[in-house]
Amino acid sequence: MTRERGRGSPFAPHTAAETAAMLDAVGVDDEEALFDIPDEVAFDGEFGIEPRGEAEIRAELARTFAKNDDLTEFLGRGHYAHYVPSLVDHLSLRSEFLTSYTQYQPEITQGFLQALFEYQSLLVELTGLPVANCSMYDAATALAEAARLAGRVRATTGARVLVPEPAFLRAGKRGVLDNYVDGTDLSVETYPMDDGNVDVEALSELVDDDAVMVYAENPTVRGTIEERIDEVAELAHEHDALFCLGSDVVALSLLREPASVGTDVVVGEAGVLGLPTSYGMGLGIFATREEFLRQVPGRLVGASEERVAPGAERNGDGSAAEASGRRVYTLTLQTREQHIRKERATSNICTNQAWVALRTAMHAMYLGPSGLVELAEDCVRRAADLAGRIDDIVGYQAPVHDRHHFREFAVRCDQPAAAIAEDLEGKGFAVHVVDEHLLQVCVTDANAAHADALVAAFEEVA
Amino acid sequence: MYYDQARYGQNGEYEPLLSEKDSTTVEVGGAASSAGGDENAADGDGSPLPDHLTRDSLTLPELSEPELARHYTRLSQMNWGVESGPYPLGSCTMKYNPKFTEDAAGDPNAAVHPDRSEQSVQGTLEVLHGLQEYLGRVGGMDAVSLQPPAGAAGEFAGILVAKAYHETRGDDRTEVIIPSSAHGTNFASAAMAGYDVVELPSDEDGRVDLEALRAAVSDDTAALMLTNPNTVGLFERDIVEIAEIVHDAGGLLYYDGANLNALLGRARPGDMGFDIMHYNVHKTFATPHGGGGPGAGPVGVVEELAEFLPSPRVRETETDSLTEPGYELFEPERSIGKVHGFQGNWLVLIKAYAYIARLGDEGLADASAKAVLNANYLGSRIDYEIPYAPFHHEFAATAGEQDAADVAKRMLDYGVHPPTTKWPEFVPEAMLTEPTEIENRETLDDLAAAFNAAASEDDETLATAPNRTTARRIDQASAARDPRLSWHALESDGE
Repeated sequence: MTRERGRGSPFAPHTAAETAAMLDAVGVDDEEALFDIPDEVAFDGEFGIEPRGEAEIRAELARTFAKNDDLTEFLGRGHYAHYVPSLVDHLSLRSEFLTSYTQYQPEITQGFLQALFEYQSLLVELTGLPVANCSMYDAATALAEAARLAGRVRATTGARVLVPEPAFLRAGKRGVLDNYVDGTDLSVETYPMDDGNVDVEALSELVDDDAVMVYAENPTVRGTIEERIDEVAELAHEHDALFCLGSDVVALSLLREPASVGTDVVVGEAGVLGLPTSYGMGLGIFATREEFLRQVPGRLVGASEERVAPGAERNGDGSAAEASGRRVYTLTLQTREQHIRKERATSNICTNQAWVALRTAMHAMYLGPSGLVELAEDCVRRAADLAGRIDDIVGYQAPVHDRHHFREFAVRCDQPAAAIAEDLEGKGFAVHVVDEHLLQVCVTDANAAHADALVAAFEEVA
Repeated sequence: MYYDQARYGQNGEYEPLLSEKDSTTVEVGGAASSAGGDENAADGDGSPLPDHLTRDSLTLPELSEPELARHYTRLSQMNWGVESGPYPLGSCTMKYNPKFTEDAAGDPNAAVHPDRSEQSVQGTLEVLHGLQEYLGRVGGMDAVSLQPPAGAAGEFAGILVAKAYHETRGDDRTEVIIPSSAHGTNFASAAMAGYDVVELPSDEDGRVDLEALRAAVSDDTAALMLTNPNTVGLFERDIVEIAEIVHDAGGLLYYDGANLNALLGRARPGDMGFDIMHYNVHKTFATPHGGGGPGAGPVGVVEELAEFLPSPRVRETETDSLTEPGYELFEPERSIGKVHGFQGNWLVLIKAYAYIARLGDEGLADASAKAVLNANYLGSRIDYEIPYAPFHHEFAATAGEQDAADVAKRMLDYGVHPPTTKWPEFVPEAMLTEPTEIENRETLDDLAAAFNAAASEDDETLATAPNRTTARRIDQASAARDPRLSWHALESDGE
């Protein structure tokens, strides 16, 4: 039988006969009779959106995306590309994962819960901190949530949040932070950097008992590796402020373990594993100390036990309800969250980035500990190598900061940076312009094969 | 011993067990040769960093690809998705997620970095612009920002827009009014923006009580946040009057887009007097829920508020070409700034665009028609009372003397995902049910059968359910009393 469907939704399965029978069962003549909308607000216009076939839309989008220039990107500054193994797509796209939602019924969502538990475990291992949630939207919102947490748990009456000077904190990240603290009494202030590292002496002048949090990044947005991270943490603690560190899951595999230097909250980007380049889409890390567990924003997965009740099949002997001993997983400590605590919740977050967390965990497990460390070490080697090669070209100086670098580094150029970047774009390469005479270049496994060509292009446009 | 695996027993249940496989610890650092920080220490051997900059070791599972493939396949088999069966979770709009949208989002040319120059990502900007346009038309809004990465982020952005609007006028307002039946995110978003929340009780039919609203508004009212149809599926028939009351008090009207799937092509928030709204594209526009996210929560506003939207937005620009428009990013004049570090959940936005294009005017209108028909048909087949009507795309049945959470657990045994339970709170033992348009009559009959079977069962049967699921009833209290949030916590328990 042909399914008689007009130009309705292709994803509504009703045949005309089925629709008629259902309307009949409900007791109305047509669907319109089910809408209780007063005439004065009823919409009788058109959106003017022509429905298209699947093939047509894919062709249209393919044509449109082809308008993006085919550039080899040497871009980073918070959004990074690493090769994502095929396994991640194939398994994360299994519909049982992709088309599920938050695990409100843990008895039929054990799979995703265990995957998120493993993601949390990965973050606990990388940070050394015992509590990691199962996602924030991105690094910027995670930092902003950390500041709000610092405000809630503060041991002082102070309200100052100290962050790096503008050159060392992306404007977008700072902007999100400003918005998240706008409704609180917290104020955001900056401290200076010293050649790519925290200017600890200047910071010590700025940290006082009014500070509630000091934020630093390792690596920084310019790719420099922070060398005095423990002194920064110490300074914060001397004044009862929290120390919050921004990083990412690849860098954390190699750089100093945050807990070992006294970090209170780790935020940053986890989507560097599992997500391809995606116009800034991310996965925010949020890990912290045990004592702040009940102040954590977002969802937490915990281990629990099955409860087998009297009369249940498994212990039909009528014994009292008891744990079966089988380990299971569930969302936990939900009284922190908006659906229960409403305006007193730790955050408004509901829908999060769970599927990205699944992908990140898959990618990390795929690499294993040695693969992760190797990937991270290559981020240091490749940056040093490429910076050295660009430094050899007359007219450039790289890296600008006298530090070790991770993935990326700043390049000082004699010519105006914007003009050089434009010329490079004409040759098929994208790099960052960060100041009048400052470029930034990011190199990973995803673009390293094109490093020779980039160096040649730099030579030509010098 | 770190790695949990699951295996199936003879009865189809599973036993969790610890793998025989130990996780592996690798030593990190130890680069004596480069101590002192020689910039070009990269020699391919040993660590490229001096010891004092690295961690000591890293301990994680070390598994082969086939082992991992089995692990995640097994985990997926212990998970319920829309493609597993009906998923009538109220207020979540668990639609089918068309496969082709995933392929569209996977286009390699769409994989661009957010710091690319505008002229080099014209295709990306064109799609963003197209989606801004589509959403504006569907919601009756004049301007849209796609930046918020989820519905709650859209609420937060929208309330910041309202705040900026009042502040620009030198108008110091401190309160946001929210019906007690609203989604929890509304309260939390308003509070995050620094507002005092004024909770509005529902009238006896679950709608906004006009008298209570009149009493609640004042010079302090920044906005009223409203879901329409409301959280039991009822259209706020007095919406024009509600808008008047709020506007007369100098406040703005905010539309929570969670229930927009009820209204496509029949009513638009902009026409009802709403000034600001967010869209849940993972609900209305069928992008996958991904086990909790990512979604996207674009925010739309009327013309007067466009200058406050998050930055950047996309607009058409002059080009040399007569046939091809160009696009550019711009910062709205009095923009509230950023609610996401970059530009939101780009891959999700592509899928939403593709879905809207697939359905077009007729398809979108039909989606709502069938969503409302399905809810009403299912409602007519179940034995539980539904106190509030006429409902649209969802209904709140009451479990009466039964415990709604137990009913839900028993429904699992009948092979369906249960509704949202015990919410909204003003419905006793609520079971908020939203089948969406994707279910056929047979599936709705199966769902009704699951409801009705549970309705006829005794409390003990309900309390001991589920019995046929991957895991039996899970002890929530134990999980919260003794939080074990990682492998490490299990280890320290001596497991």
